[in-house]
Amino acid sequence: MTTADQSHAQTQVYVYEGPLRLWHWVNALAILTLCLSGYFIGSPLPTMPGEASEHFLMGYIRFTHFAAAYVLIVAFALRIYWAFVGNDHARQIFLPPIFSAKWWAEVRHEIAWYAFIASEPKKYVGHNPLATLAMHLLFVWGIIFMMITGLALYGEGEGMNSWQYTLFSSWVIPLFGNSQWVHTYHHLGMWVILIFVMVHVYAALREDIMSRQSILSTMITGWRTFKDARPADDDHA
Amino acid sequence: MTETFYEVLRRQGISRRSFLKFCSLTAASLGLGPEFVSTMANALETKPRTPVLWLHGLECTCCSEAFIRSAHPLASDVILSMISLDYDDTIMAAAGHQAEAIVDEIIEKYAGNYILACEGNPPLNEDGMYCIIGGKPYLDQLKKAASNCKAIISWGSCASWGCVQAARPNPTQAVPIHKVIYDKPIIKVPGCPPIPEVMTAIITYIATFEKLPELDRQGRPKMFYSQRIHDKCYRRPHFDAGQFVEQWDDESARKGYCLYKMGCKGPTTYNACSTTRWYGGTSFPIQSGHGCIGCSEDGFWDNGSFYNRLTNINQFGVEANADEIGLATAGVVGAAVAAHAAVSAVKRARTKGGNE
Repeated sequence: MTTADQSHAQTQVYVYEGPLRLWHWVNALAILTLCLSGYFIGSPLPTMPGEASEHFLMGYIRFTHFAAAYVLIVAFALRIYWAFVGNDHARQIFLPPIFSAKWWAEVRHEIAWYAFIASEPKKYVGHNPLATLAMHLLFVWGIIFMMITGLALYGEGEGMNSWQYTLFSSWVIPLFGNSQWVHTYHHLGMWVILIFVMVHVYAALREDIMSRQSILSTMITGWRTFKDARPADDDHA
Repeated sequence: MTETFYEVLRRQGISRRSFLKFCSLTAASLGLGPEFVSTMANALETKPRTPVLWLHGLECTCCSEAFIRSAHPLASDVILSMISLDYDDTIMAAAGHQAEAIVDEIIEKYAGNYILACEGNPPLNEDGMYCIIGGKPYLDQLKKAASNCKAIISWGSCASWGCVQAARPNPTQAVPIHKVIYDKPIIKVPGCPPIPEVMTAIITYIATFEKLPELDRQGRPKMFYSQRIHDKCYRRPHFDAGQFVEQWDDESARKGYCLYKMGCKGPTTYNACSTTRWYGGTSFPIQSGHGCIGCSEDGFWDNGSFYNRLTNINQFGVEANADEIGLATAGVVGAAVAAHAAVSAVKRARTKGGNE
């Protein structure tokens, strides 16, 4: 599906399929909810007045956190499924071609572009190599880390006979030494994800304006559009 | 030396008539036939009580102090009736060579049948010279006593995890029992000290059922260490409602609200304090208005302040917790993003200007 219009130098490719785009936004919303509710679990709001029986504030905040966590986990599981059955782009963030010298050269070029050394970015149908690397390391592994430590902490409340405790808490807590370290690393993980989100949003905005392909609209419509007619630099085109 | 249960009962003034009555009543209440009365009486007459060796390594004796204050059962009942406490250098009458000779005798005579209770832990540095028992390193005594024992009870956080003497930088290289004894079942009873009733209950369990209690993955008896202080805390409703003590001695503190914001470690501490409480159910730290310090958790001395629920991360000599590090990093990244955006905008404006 390529429409080549030489006069406007615009081509477009269908990159992100429906389920993937839905996952992206569900996931984004879940992460936002988790960061906010998680922060308020760690640093609660000012104390509530009146009788304890009149309030359930921490209960609701924790419920929100756990519910959003399950949405994120289920969505991530479906996302993995989609990596198998979806198109090539659905696999990209899971399998960066780390053994390809060409790819690493392009990572360096992308860094040069961000450091204002390279005058022009390369053109990609999928993610650029630096984005692939950042998403793989910070997002994919970051979110897996958060899911595992999160389930381990959740299992503590559920009790030693729960599947969450058996599958996660039972080995995660001894691995970190004690429950408090798991809490501490779960907090650190939140900041890693948050920093990823900051850079991700900034890079997406900047790339949308300054690179040679569309970014923001692509995650809504699924279509990648290009600003010039020269061939793309990745293998997906 | 090791009396049978029958001998203990007789010594405590119970007549043979009463003893046989007890056997008959117990057999009847268990629904057993009359022939079991003599079986039961015979068992009590012939079965020796389990010998226990109670060793002391690097420790502060808080475990012993806690143990002797147990109310249910009384510590005296445990050591005089249920078990045969044959060696415990802090409370035994014998001393010197006579005392040490008992250890050797039990190891030989009751091979595979005695329980080794360890209070404190061995230091490994300088060939164990930081803890000398009877002229020899404690490590030697521990290894020798462990070689023939049936099971080991690691009393307290010292024997279970290492506790204060193993806190960084650990100059004596003190290590918990499970780091030097690998071939025996070890029951960890952490706490600094452990709850008195938990200590006696574990001994009672072993003496009554002749088996070890079910342990969790970290080797603690599930019956006392499967829940966190937070899970059964009587102040939990205030946590769920969002009612917290914000400062020591504020209105919320007087009302007995949740101590979460004061760094209470109840949510990360596995112990039974909030269920059994201490000293016959009198109180426990949170009930007295102070947060839990997590004394039964692995490495609790190295977890930073008692008043912070996140562990300090000591890199580059900076003490900070996860949230402070995260916030600072997010700030730096945010500033970097803003600066990068500004440079990008300038560059874009220049390029456009050049094109036109």
